[in-house]
Amino acid sequence: MAKRIDVKDLNVYYGDFRAVEGVTLGIDARSVTAFIGPSGCGKSTFLRTLNRMHEVLPIGRVEGQVLLDGVDLYDKNVDPVAVRRTIGMVFQRPNPFPTMSIFDNVAAGLRLNGTKNKAELTEAVERSLQGANLWNEVKDRLDKPGAGLSGGQQQRLCIARAIAVRPQVLLMDEPCSALDPISTLAIEDLISELKNDYTIVIVTHNMQQAARVSDRTAFFNIAGTGKPGRLIEIDDTPTMFSSPREKATEDYISGRFG
Amino acid sequence: MSAVTSLSESAVPAGSGESALGDLSSPASASRRAKDRTATIAMHSAFVLALVPLVWILWTVISHGYRMLLTSQWWMNSQRGVTVRDFGGGAYHAIIGTLLQAGVTAVISVPIGILTAIYLVEYGRGVAARAVSFMVDVLTGIPSIVAALTIYALWISTFGLSRVGFAVSLALVLLMVPTIVRSTEEMLKLVPNELREASYALGVPKWKTIMRIVLPTAFSGILTGVLLGLARVMGETAPLLILGPYTKSINFDLFSGNMASLPTMINQDRTEFLDAAVQRTWGAALTLILVVMLLNLAGRLIARFGKV
Repeated sequence: MAKRIDVKDLNVYYGDFRAVEGVTLGIDARSVTAFIGPSGCGKSTFLRTLNRMHEVLPIGRVEGQVLLDGVDLYDKNVDPVAVRRTIGMVFQRPNPFPTMSIFDNVAAGLRLNGTKNKAELTEAVERSLQGANLWNEVKDRLDKPGAGLSGGQQQRLCIARAIAVRPQVLLMDEPCSALDPISTLAIEDLISELKNDYTIVIVTHNMQQAARVSDRTAFFNIAGTGKPGRLIEIDDTPTMFSSPREKATEDYISGRFG
Repeated sequence: MSAVTSLSESAVPAGSGESALGDLSSPASASRRAKDRTATIAMHSAFVLALVPLVWILWTVISHGYRMLLTSQWWMNSQRGVTVRDFGGGAYHAIIGTLLQAGVTAVISVPIGILTAIYLVEYGRGVAARAVSFMVDVLTGIPSIVAALTIYALWISTFGLSRVGFAVSLALVLLMVPTIVRSTEEMLKLVPNELREASYALGVPKWKTIMRIVLPTAFSGILTGVLLGLARVMGETAPLLILGPYTKSINFDLFSGNMASLPTMINQDRTEFLDAAVQRTWGAALTLILVVMLLNLAGRLIARFGKV
């Protein structure tokens, strides 16, 4: 099910301003890749180009290629909406739909894309909530509003919602930064389980988290304000954190800046 | 000797300028207290002053008009066959007329208003959106008589049709649409962008996101805006005077014949001195205030209990 991503010379613009410059990297199927780097270096911007969310902004545009198992997502014939059904995203702050119950929230992706069969939806909701480790906590109150859960539960609800549509890839933009340590641990354990079925890319501010959950880590940096962000180094996580090749990487990891 | 001494032992006694807390320990100066008192008195006086005309209007209308509203005739009969000096008859024809015209106005203005607001918030970019927004602003300020004259010129002078209830509704549409556009716009802007993003990230197209996520989230606010806009146009009299002549009989047909309404019923007998006519006029005024007030209350109740 999960697919491989290859990015070739991607440049990301806001209008005329180049925010991210010339990124080339590969992400293996069924692995967890973490993007780390200081604030404002373009990690989240780059992440959002992987599922064509960046162009939702009117001034957002991209030059270069993003290949999903060899298919260029930015080809003219490719529908961005279809891309987003294949590549799901979980955001920094949990954002369940406020007018919907827990069941409706998880089923939203399927329902809004045409699935009406009640049995199918029920099965998908249970599967996704199990997959997000939330089933036991909410199985008795599926019709209660989604917004009535705690922060960590809401984030797991958003993860369930994202995996209900069976994407190939799951992008996570700082999913734990708004959560307490216990919930963070729960989500990190979840990520380790999910990687058996999905390709996961996670942006994180927390280097220790990257060291804990990811198989490979990519370090982004920015030369100064007004300059574009760049990929400095990408390698297996243990190597990145013990003997990185670039000096900038080593400085960032040992906390000399960040 | 304790390493920790309490503040009272180590500090100079409070009240003097040199206490350990410094200036924090002295109360507000006398001149500040005086300013505070003056401002409080000014605010409370202004509030009472603002209440005076409101209370006076309510009292006048209720005390003059309540008698007619207590009869069941008022709510079920029209004025057909009732002359100026007779008591009797009711306001049914006027109430029906007002409600029908307001209903038709709502049915036309609500879709136009909401769709325009959706365009301005979700799709509009550049010159086109700015132009539309500017024109909505202009329409917001149109005096009701100008709107009425515009419809007169179109409906009666150009098309040669007669003065009917529907023409009144059209004039009210011109007045109601800008109100709905603005209030719906505000409600749509209040929907957090993260919800839209969550929907896009699931692969839901933009129009479906608006229909199934954004509008339901903003729904109670939009409904409140519609009810308040409706309450506003129901009291507009200029279009009624120009386009909707009064009749004493009941008329359900918006496209032929005269149709009564509460403001024109008030206008009908307002110059009379006979007791029956005077009571009718005040009764109609009280009825109109009641209808508008009920709509307002409904709007606010929905805002309070429909919120997510």
